[in-house]
Amino acid sequence: MAEAIVSLRNVTKTFPGGVKAVDDVSFDIAQNEFFALLGPSGCGKTTLLRMISGLETPTSGQIVIGGEDMALTPPNKRPTNMVFQSYAVFPHMTVADNVAYGLKVTGVPAEETKRRVGEALEMVKLTHLAARKPDQMSGGQRQRVALARALVKRPKVLLLDEPLSALDAKLRDEMRLELTRLQENVGITFIIVTHDQDEALSMASRIAVMDKGAVQQIATPSELYEQPTSRFIADFIGKVNLINAKVVSSTAKKIVCDAKGLGKIELPHTGSPTGDIAIAIRPEKLKIAGSPPKAAKTIAAEGKVRDVAYYGDTSHVVVRCKDDLELAVNVQNDKRAGGSGVERGQKVWIHWAPEDTLVLTE
Amino acid sequence: MAQTLKPGSGPLDYGSRTWLKLLFAAIFVALYAPIFTLIAFSFNTDKRGVIWRGFTLDNYVKAWNNDALQEALLNSLAIAFIATIIATIIGAMVALLLWRFRFPMKAAYEGVMALPIVIPEICMGVSLLLFFINTGMMEWSVGMPWPLNLSNIVIAHVAFCFPFVAVVVRSRLIGFNRQLEEASKDLGASEWQTFWNVIVPFMMPGLVAGALLAFTLSLDDFVITFFTSGPETVTFPVKVYSLVRRGVSPEINAASTVLIVITVVATVIAMKLQAPTKTGEG
Repeated sequence: MAEAIVSLRNVTKTFPGGVKAVDDVSFDIAQNEFFALLGPSGCGKTTLLRMISGLETPTSGQIVIGGEDMALTPPNKRPTNMVFQSYAVFPHMTVADNVAYGLKVTGVPAEETKRRVGEALEMVKLTHLAARKPDQMSGGQRQRVALARALVKRPKVLLLDEPLSALDAKLRDEMRLELTRLQENVGITFIIVTHDQDEALSMASRIAVMDKGAVQQIATPSELYEQPTSRFIADFIGKVNLINAKVVSSTAKKIVCDAKGLGKIELPHTGSPTGDIAIAIRPEKLKIAGSPPKAAKTIAAEGKVRDVAYYGDTSHVVVRCKDDLELAVNVQNDKRAGGSGVERGQKVWIHWAPEDTLVLTE
Repeated sequence: MAQTLKPGSGPLDYGSRTWLKLLFAAIFVALYAPIFTLIAFSFNTDKRGVIWRGFTLDNYVKAWNNDALQEALLNSLAIAFIATIIATIIGAMVALLLWRFRFPMKAAYEGVMALPIVIPEICMGVSLLLFFINTGMMEWSVGMPWPLNLSNIVIAHVAFCFPFVAVVVRSRLIGFNRQLEEASKDLGASEWQTFWNVIVPFMMPGLVAGALLAFTLSLDDFVITFFTSGPETVTFPVKVYSLVRRGVSPEINAASTVLIVITVVATVIAMKLQAPTKTGEG
């Protein structure tokens, strides 16, 4: 991995009253990464971001930014800048004054300030609104002001707190693309906090999933989706069928387990777990067929269609199998005629390849 | 057939009932008739000011040329001006303290701070008088040149004006988005720079409204001023009072009208500034 720009070492934050918002977190963020902190609300991700910005100080631990421990450095002395969830654009200043603010207070000469403000406004395409006041602007425009205001400082790290949560769906998609493009252009490390997994998966180069103040897994988006390390992550990222199972026997490369509703199945897995485990299969990896599959290795189950939800490009089908096992199947509607091809109450066979199945021990 | 409602019988229609309209009118007459009479008679040609005899502006000229009245008005304006500045600064600081910090006995402090708003003016006047006499300030101020001879009154006025400023500024600060402050620091500003560049501009409407309120309160205060002024110093309301004891002259009407106009204008501006605006949003 490239050189770390931000290193967290055993960072812990206990709020007065004893609530541990962040509990012994350690990881590195590399130069130029688009890093996402993802987790349900109250998991400590925003507190962690605020500690990196200096708006909150850790109870213990080190926060190394650009090679220097800055755990107790005030925010105005850190090479980080933040885009706030409420944008926090100064209401009494024009757009240009807002962007110039961070340069003015640190004594950047007027000439240079003017030039850099011009560049920053161009970067976020707001040059034509430079003289406007924030209350005459839309939410999306105000967010661009907040972005320009932070980027004009040329920080080593740009922090974004739920940047898309206040925008409507269409604008959100636009901004998502724009943020990724901006990050590539300016070459600054972005750290984004979000509770929206789609946002994290589509924008970030790496994601840290947090829960209850601790980091559960750090991985690239595809690793996180295809190789989650725990039930929590498999369930939190995307949709998944989680099936309880018991290990019957295991070898170096395979395990045999007794899964609810499926009976004894053989799965590829390294490591030799024992006892209760869970197996996970993503709904889009399941296939629906009218008759039992012919290939010997496939895992298959017979069931009855309970529900079909039509989403245009896909249909989400729920099939009830033996032992009350319910499996969610995503069917691509790749033909104009026929839709998902199944209807409620129909008897179907579901099958999938063993290697698409995940074994989760945690 | 569509149902029809008799006018005035809807639940929120009581404004259109005749007897209620009459009641409204009666209340307004009782409240404002005396003031309008005062203003009207300031244009009266009659010397005694009891019967309307014709329109004139002479009373204003006479009031203006009355040296004693002029001196009193000048005193009042000077007191109001100085007291407003001091009260606004102290009031703003109290508001910031109450908004920003948590400390033991905060609720008690808040209550004590607001005491001058509710305490009977007469009590405050007497207590301030005793205070000034016992500390020797009464004697001290009498011998001082203008405007230092007004310091007793200024101190007394600051004491009852600053809580009003504090209350107004504090209610403004409640709408402040703390992320603005954080953004300022995050962008490299120190606490001090953040205070002047972000917090003060946000407080400004509250500060102006509070200052105008303090100004009007100070300008027309009678009771506390009456107790705390030395024998030589006269303010406008005190002067009017002493003149009225010798009979109401149209001159006083004219001078009072001027005072009413100043007070009303200041109050209207203060209310306009206090009205909720969109500028509070981040």
